[in-house]
Amino acid sequence: MSGVESAHPVLRLQNITKRFGSVTANEAVTFDLAKGEVIALLGENGAGKTTLMNILFGQYTADEGTVTVFGNLLPPGNPRAALDAGVGMVHQHFTLAENLTVWENIVLGAQPLHAPRLRAGAAKAKIRALSEEFQLKVDPDAKIGALTVGERQRVEILKALYRDARILILDEPTAVLTPQETDALFATLRTAIDLGLSIVFISHKLHEVMAISNRVLVLRHGKLVAERATLDTDRAELSALMVGAETSAPDLAPATPGAALLTLCDLSTPSIGTAPGLRHANLALRAGQITGLAGVSGNGQAALSDLISGLVTPQSGQFEIAGNTVTTWSPRNAIGQGIARIPEDRHKTGTIADFDLTENTILETYATQFSKRGWMNWRKAKAHAESLIETYDVRCSGPDARIRLLSGGNMQKLILGRVLENAPRIILANQPVRGLDIGAVNYVHGRLAAARDAGAAVLLISEDLDEIMRLSDVIHVISDGRLSPEFVRGTMQPEQLGVWMAGDGFEGHDHAA
Amino acid sequence: MELFEILTSAAFWAAAIRIASPLIFATMGELICERAGVLNLGIEGIMVAGAFAGWIAVWAGLPLWGGVSVAFLVGVGLGGIHSILSVPFGLSQHVVGIGLTLLATSATFYTYRVMLPEVSTPPKIDAFQPFHIPFLSEIPFFGPALFQQTALTYLAFILVGVVSFTLYRTPLGLAVRAAGESPAAVAAQGLSVTAIRMGAVMIGSGCMAVGGAFLTMSAFDSFFFDMVNGRGWICIALVVFGAWRPGKALFGAILFAAFDALQIRLQQTGIGAVVPYQVFLMMPYILSIMALIVMSRRAEVPAALMVPFNKGER
Repeated sequence: MSGVESAHPVLRLQNITKRFGSVTANEAVTFDLAKGEVIALLGENGAGKTTLMNILFGQYTADEGTVTVFGNLLPPGNPRAALDAGVGMVHQHFTLAENLTVWENIVLGAQPLHAPRLRAGAAKAKIRALSEEFQLKVDPDAKIGALTVGERQRVEILKALYRDARILILDEPTAVLTPQETDALFATLRTAIDLGLSIVFISHKLHEVMAISNRVLVLRHGKLVAERATLDTDRAELSALMVGAETSAPDLAPATPGAALLTLCDLSTPSIGTAPGLRHANLALRAGQITGLAGVSGNGQAALSDLISGLVTPQSGQFEIAGNTVTTWSPRNAIGQGIARIPEDRHKTGTIADFDLTENTILETYATQFSKRGWMNWRKAKAHAESLIETYDVRCSGPDARIRLLSGGNMQKLILGRVLENAPRIILANQPVRGLDIGAVNYVHGRLAAARDAGAAVLLISEDLDEIMRLSDVIHVISDGRLSPEFVRGTMQPEQLGVWMAGDGFEGHDHAA
Repeated sequence: MELFEILTSAAFWAAAIRIASPLIFATMGELICERAGVLNLGIEGIMVAGAFAGWIAVWAGLPLWGGVSVAFLVGVGLGGIHSILSVPFGLSQHVVGIGLTLLATSATFYTYRVMLPEVSTPPKIDAFQPFHIPFLSEIPFFGPALFQQTALTYLAFILVGVVSFTLYRTPLGLAVRAAGESPAAVAAQGLSVTAIRMGAVMIGSGCMAVGGAFLTMSAFDSFFFDMVNGRGWICIALVVFGAWRPGKALFGAILFAAFDALQIRLQQTGIGAVVPYQVFLMMPYILSIMALIVMSRRAEVPAALMVPFNKGER
């Protein structure tokens, strides 16, 4: 791309190597970033992208290698030095204090600690000016806790700009954004480039990489495996480079639906905080069929998934499992009924971060399968975990590793293994591929389809309409706690589903008693 | 109405302010620690050590303010032990705190016996005397209640202002609050969570020790083994009562002290002849628990309180 001077790199990473225990997260990574350039760092989950950027920003110390910014060597393990050198990082998991205001979060650390007073007025003025210049609209006096995810990300970017960052590192910035917010982010980034900033953009969304970057670096298993000018490549090539082999979406054979395993009839549940409960919902999950639930988040998906998980009991209406009316209902009953869950938030409810892989794989079955007369059989549990790691290709240092050390994709694979291992009758898959890369997405989808073919009833909850339309045999739309009638695969266009998602179309279909 | 007479007497409020003073010091100390994300259960022991250190220093010949300084430094030292164990080592703050209370209390009694082996009644010192602030102490009611206290009491009120200003109006205070809310955010902005938290625990512990020293150097003029008598634990509750805000915590300290002053006076009234005195002793605690229930329902606990922070861990 024109205007890029590669002779004087603003940033140079040389020979960076980092190991966590026996896992090598980065191996001899070397690259340059030129002024005004956007580099996309592409790779699967666990490829070592985030680790590399954390080393650059001084949050991890590399075992080998050096980072040079504007010709000066950066002292290792020192975020302050990185900030002072003009490196700003927008973390994937925001580093904001929720009970503090926007301006407090931005000013934190920017004014010397021995200064006698916080200069709030000047800080807010500067924040407003930056907001204006970079189209990052946010109220400096708002508390972080009250902001949307998109607004929080703007605060993160403002934090970097406030400290005069010349190099911006964005770690999967679009993973949490709506399409409109992504467009706004890209506009901001283009402004930044025009002003001479340089950007490292970490992502695994290929169309975004194609849209914003000048150059693409592909990271696989911690190693830099390819470098391409964005103009000389395409999505197919990048995706192949990323996963190391051509992957394709699973080809779904038509389903052969069997008996209804779980039925809701005119069922309502209490609302959860501001999120609505189910309102007179009718639903039938059939064996050998994937039922997709489309809808904008916060429209009752949580109520439905909590109901099926046993966390919520119905307020009114009929709830049947395999033809039997459910009278007592709890998570334990749900597990007993052969309901397996892939929870929406794998960090919070899917796993216990500080437990090791072995313990995390037997959370639901420790009492029934891995203990005898009240004593745990750890040998059996560990063997079980090892077989899951093997079967589901979980990249980790072993069954004794704490699960928090795993990347999102590997964590999800382990959860998937835990779910599928017991041949469940009903599978509740709530956002099963959120934040995963293409390879992992195809893997998870393939496994779910295989479970369907083996006779399980699968409920797929997702905000991603493409995912729903690709995988589901039948589709329901949820809006404000109401469920649409069942639509058979291939009979609906995305636009038609969109009408239901917006809450229109329910007239005349309302099942109000 | 005896109750009405008590509540409207300047002497009653003067006593309440006096009883509140050590609580104010220690509550501010605990509040600083907790705002930075460290629960300091060493408070009780640090107060005992501070009470002894200030008093023995004056007995050994230092001036009164020298004694206060010694107490403060002893608190800073004990806080240093706490902070090394709880911050860089990331040990359980409950265990570290209770351990420190036991250590500081026992070490104090040991030092007492070593320094005063033959003594049956502890020696007295010339403690702080009430200082009548010119003009202000002449105001009817408010003068005798507020402005005829000792210098340490005035210092306690000044401390509330200093802590409040520092927390909310300086970059340092912002860093302390952020360390208690999101240490990751602090680290990402290039500041050292370890340094901020350790500093807060040490300064906070110094304040607690001065609270203890108030007992031997202002409220009384000598040192007794059980004189702190759970005041440290009360201060832990006062921080919660005050929703981690200096002003509200000050209000809580005075409220508790007022209940305490009230129960002493009620014992001498007509009801005191009928009801066993232990019931009155319980009163401030019962009322505190009730006030705590009412006041702190919606309090915002520092989000990272008691959460150790390890740099470079994921």
